[in-house]
Amino acid sequence: MTILQSKINPRSDEFQVNHQAMADAVKDLREKVDKIHQGGGPSYQKRHTDRGKLLPRERINRLLDEGSPFLEIGQFAAYNVYDEEVPAAGVVAGIGRVSGTECMIIANDATVKGGTYYPLTVKKHLRAQEIAMANRLPCIYLVDSGGANLPQQDEVFPDRDHFGRIFYNQARMSADDIPQIAVVMGLCTAGGAYVPAMADESIIVRNQGTIFLAGPPLVKAATGEVVSAEDLGGADVHCKVSGVADHYAENDAHALEIARRSVANLNRRKPVPVEVQKPKAPLYDSEEIYGIVGTDLRKQFDVRDVIARIVDGSEFDEFKRYYGQTLVTGFAHIHGYPVGIIANNGILFSESAQKGAHFIELCCQRNIPLLFLQNITGFMVGQKHEAEGIAKHGAKMVMAVACAEVPKITVLIGGSYGAGNYGMCGRAYSPDFLWMWPNARISVMGGEQAAGVLAQVRREGMERKGQTWSEEEEAEFKKPITEKYEHQGHPYYASGRLWDDGVIDPAQTREVVALSLSATLNRPAKPTRFGVFRM
Amino acid sequence: MFSKILIANRGEIACRVIQTAHRMGIRCVAVYSDADASARHVAMADEAFHIGPAASADSYLRGDKIIEVARQSGAQAVHPGYGFLSENTDFAEACEANGIAFIGPPSSAIAAMGSKSAAKAIMEKAGVPLVPGYHGDDQSPDLLRAEAEKCGFPLLLKAVAGGGGKGMRVVERMSEFDDALAAAQREAKNAFGNPDMLIERYLTQPRHVEIQVFCDQHGNGIYLAERDCSVQRRHQKVLEEAPAPGLSEDTRKAMGEAAVRAAKAINYVGAGTVEFLYDVDGSFFFMEMNTRLQVEHPVTEMVTGQDLVEWQLKVAWGETLPLAQEQVKTRGHAVEARIYAEDPDQDFLPATGTLRYLSTPDESAHVRVDTGVTEGDEISIHYDPMIAKLIVWDESRDQAVNRMVQALEQYRIAGLKTNIRFLHAAVDSQPFRAAELTTNFIASHGDLLFPKSRLDTDKALVLAAGFVLEQRKSAEPVTADPWSPFGRKNSWRLNSEYAQPLKLQVGDEVHELKLLERDDRYQVFVGDSVYHLNARLDDDYLQAVINGHRLSVHGNLHNDELVLFYEGDTFKCTVYRETYDFEELAGEGSLAAPMNGAVVAIQAKAGDRVKAGDTLVIMEAMKMEHAIKAPADGVVSEIFYGEGDQVAEGAELIAIDTEEAD
Repeated sequence: MTILQSKINPRSDEFQVNHQAMADAVKDLREKVDKIHQGGGPSYQKRHTDRGKLLPRERINRLLDEGSPFLEIGQFAAYNVYDEEVPAAGVVAGIGRVSGTECMIIANDATVKGGTYYPLTVKKHLRAQEIAMANRLPCIYLVDSGGANLPQQDEVFPDRDHFGRIFYNQARMSADDIPQIAVVMGLCTAGGAYVPAMADESIIVRNQGTIFLAGPPLVKAATGEVVSAEDLGGADVHCKVSGVADHYAENDAHALEIARRSVANLNRRKPVPVEVQKPKAPLYDSEEIYGIVGTDLRKQFDVRDVIARIVDGSEFDEFKRYYGQTLVTGFAHIHGYPVGIIANNGILFSESAQKGAHFIELCCQRNIPLLFLQNITGFMVGQKHEAEGIAKHGAKMVMAVACAEVPKITVLIGGSYGAGNYGMCGRAYSPDFLWMWPNARISVMGGEQAAGVLAQVRREGMERKGQTWSEEEEAEFKKPITEKYEHQGHPYYASGRLWDDGVIDPAQTREVVALSLSATLNRPAKPTRFGVFRM
Repeated sequence: MFSKILIANRGEIACRVIQTAHRMGIRCVAVYSDADASARHVAMADEAFHIGPAASADSYLRGDKIIEVARQSGAQAVHPGYGFLSENTDFAEACEANGIAFIGPPSSAIAAMGSKSAAKAIMEKAGVPLVPGYHGDDQSPDLLRAEAEKCGFPLLLKAVAGGGGKGMRVVERMSEFDDALAAAQREAKNAFGNPDMLIERYLTQPRHVEIQVFCDQHGNGIYLAERDCSVQRRHQKVLEEAPAPGLSEDTRKAMGEAAVRAAKAINYVGAGTVEFLYDVDGSFFFMEMNTRLQVEHPVTEMVTGQDLVEWQLKVAWGETLPLAQEQVKTRGHAVEARIYAEDPDQDFLPATGTLRYLSTPDESAHVRVDTGVTEGDEISIHYDPMIAKLIVWDESRDQAVNRMVQALEQYRIAGLKTNIRFLHAAVDSQPFRAAELTTNFIASHGDLLFPKSRLDTDKALVLAAGFVLEQRKSAEPVTADPWSPFGRKNSWRLNSEYAQPLKLQVGDEVHELKLLERDDRYQVFVGDSVYHLNARLDDDYLQAVINGHRLSVHGNLHNDELVLFYEGDTFKCTVYRETYDFEELAGEGSLAAPMNGAVVAIQAKAGDRVKAGDTLVIMEAMKMEHAIKAPADGVVSEIFYGEGDQVAEGAELIAIDTEEAD
């Protein structure tokens, strides 16, 4: 394989400035994540642990194999979305290894609004299930939730992708031999009662977990019966009488141990439908990405310098090196897994789009997972390019991306604008995972372009009416538009709404992609069938 | 020369004999009990015969079966090793009667020395100096009491038929005499079938110096230097050396000649040892003669350059002694340490268990390891708990001692308790280095011999954590995806860090550590301290840098039990995991067997009121008696075993209700 020679000068001013800017962004990211990790905050956490319960992240830590990494998704869910803070949307989700098996773990955080389901809680839960379903990952639900958030019921209950979909997914996954295990560690009321009830195997913690369709207050209101929560739906009832739960746990830690045992008994073998090899570390320091990329999206960098810091041994066999050079394509390994990389190195032209489509076809033919490193302002515009059919060439790439059945992982490492987002496997193209760097921006077009287009339209309108528009007025007009785009295109805004699976530290890209790839290799290979390519 | 011999023994001595015999081109027949079917001596021999169940009385002590095997296999001679049948007159006679050479003295010589009191009479006649005492046949308690008064205190009660410290008691004053006599007699009866006792003055600062003698069938007898075996515990030797430090040439010669006289007085043939008590003034007294090859014979071999087993075979074949007295030369200094499965912290109580991990120093001209076990073998209750003999040689005693310290550091065992750390401390101690040897060495230097750990606890914990994590990482992957990043065990987290907890239990204390891993380096949090750890594990060898201090340890981690070996010291801990078995622990007042063994006496019955310290049950284990005493006043509520029952370590023997006491 060819070893990438990365020629950067870490002592240059530009590198230093870039590095500082990105390091600041990463620092901000990590600080925000620290805050999110505190869930409902110290007082709610204390109240939780005083009851002998473990915090959701501690539950996950104990559930995982010793030392297992945990690939968390949706860390920023609900970030700055609601009037109140709902850290991580009140549910922690991610992939980790349990008893040697990669599992999707979904843990309610009862310290956040009692673990109730906000619209984004539902969206996150469903996203986690979607990943599990696509990649055949057993699901472990650590249930501790008051159910749907009643004030938001219209955004939580009625629609297709609302609360009911959780149980629908459980049923469909169970039918598809994707194990569903529920550990009831707290409330599990009303609709929530179906999580353990629909599970293949369920565990309940004595004096903590309760499962019932209606809690004591509602029972009293409805029938006048006075009954304690434990007597109504505790571990004794469900393990000894009703059979709603299968395993009786003394405490949280015990329950998690039983869950680990349940996974150990799944008799599952990871298919790994690719040829793996021993991983090799890249030759270059991953943190140098900060200095190469920086946070100023207008600054160009050679994406190969980024690739050299992600792939095994910095080895990258480029495909069509000298054709359509604004798109870099080639083969590499990440943590031992083969991967086909498609990376932007400028705007997309007809040649680069065709090259991209060709390369995707190759990878699908060979069952090689695809990694998209997205930094794209869009397809080239102008008469010449329209005339040469850039629309149909772009369409070829979009067709290839849309139909590709191999694992697809997208990382937004810069701009993600317009149709470039489509061709480079944006969210609408169902990548298996989509991650975003803190410097990335996503919108239908750049803020300045949008403001420019809108200003242009307005100016033309005014000029038709014979009015004049001063430069100052135009700037005044454009400013809020640019600001709005900047605000809405920001990774935290995107991640808060779950347009991606998370904002990541660029220095962790290799690990994140490797873990994502590993998760996708739990599903067998599936042949790709493309649609009609417009020639 | 014989072409085929039978070795009527097991363990290291059987292996030792086979080694020489094979070197001389002699075929070897081994015998084995149920417990030894896969033992090293069986594997080493050319052929081996099963002779019975594990208990030695049913196997290695069954002279009839062994003779049958010798006949069946066509062995021309029997080497008895030491212990078992080596000093059994009947067996020696049976060999002679069956035309099989007994590689040892004639039965008459064994008989002469077999009774200690008779032996002393012979020695007295031969002009060998004796310690004051009583060696008579009249064993009436009154007479023994009177003889005890005559001899003076402290005195030693010894089984007439005994050896190896069994049936032996030191009595400090008359008031203790009766109890001691009863106990010694009971032990002697159990061990040798003969409760007869002899009484001897007990020297308070004596040294144990013994002479190796050798006689052929043609009336020649010589001595091959002496050994100092003063360092003993439970009246059993642990450290032996040759030559004995500080002996004048005259004394050496006088002792040697006295020893040869002793041997000749009984028409001795083969290898024998005459044991003396040696006092600082150069006086020495005959103790006993061992009519066999001694455990500690290798130190003599190391300084004389001779193979005593080869000599035994030659003499038994009828050859004359290979050397004349004036040709015997010694060179340098040799030290032997006996590595035992035992617990020095609990009065050297014998231990049992599996040699889960065993790593020995490399053998060379300076280092010799005599052993009968390999990794994975079990040290059982059935036989002597000696694991190996470690022998070193060098030009001078100082150098030999250094070698021994080093070799002990390289002798690593996990799976059971051993005395290695104790031996290391003993050999490395100032009094041992200064050759201040007496048979009270261990009692008088206890503070030096049971040192504090060489590693401070924090550092040991950090090393342990490094070992545990590195081993976890090097473990074979269990999934179909061997290099999945999910298997990296680095507790990776997105946009944050997770210090994984590791609980290590040391003794009764559980230490909670946290380990943060970044780029294959660890930060280890122990209490309020943070240690930077760089660790690399190569099989059992951990190289670590802790806060800039590079050090290396060996270790063994098995089923969460970790043992680290560092400069002769060991650090043991267990990876602590919460368990969810909520069974109630055994109630207070229960008494558990300290080890596997047999109940020999029950001195209480249900309903008895007992006082703290009363002996309730006597167990015999590893051929020693252990009294199980009441921990507090109370009433015996239940006795779970009867006399003669075999019990396992930890089994509850008897229950006492302490609340009913008043």
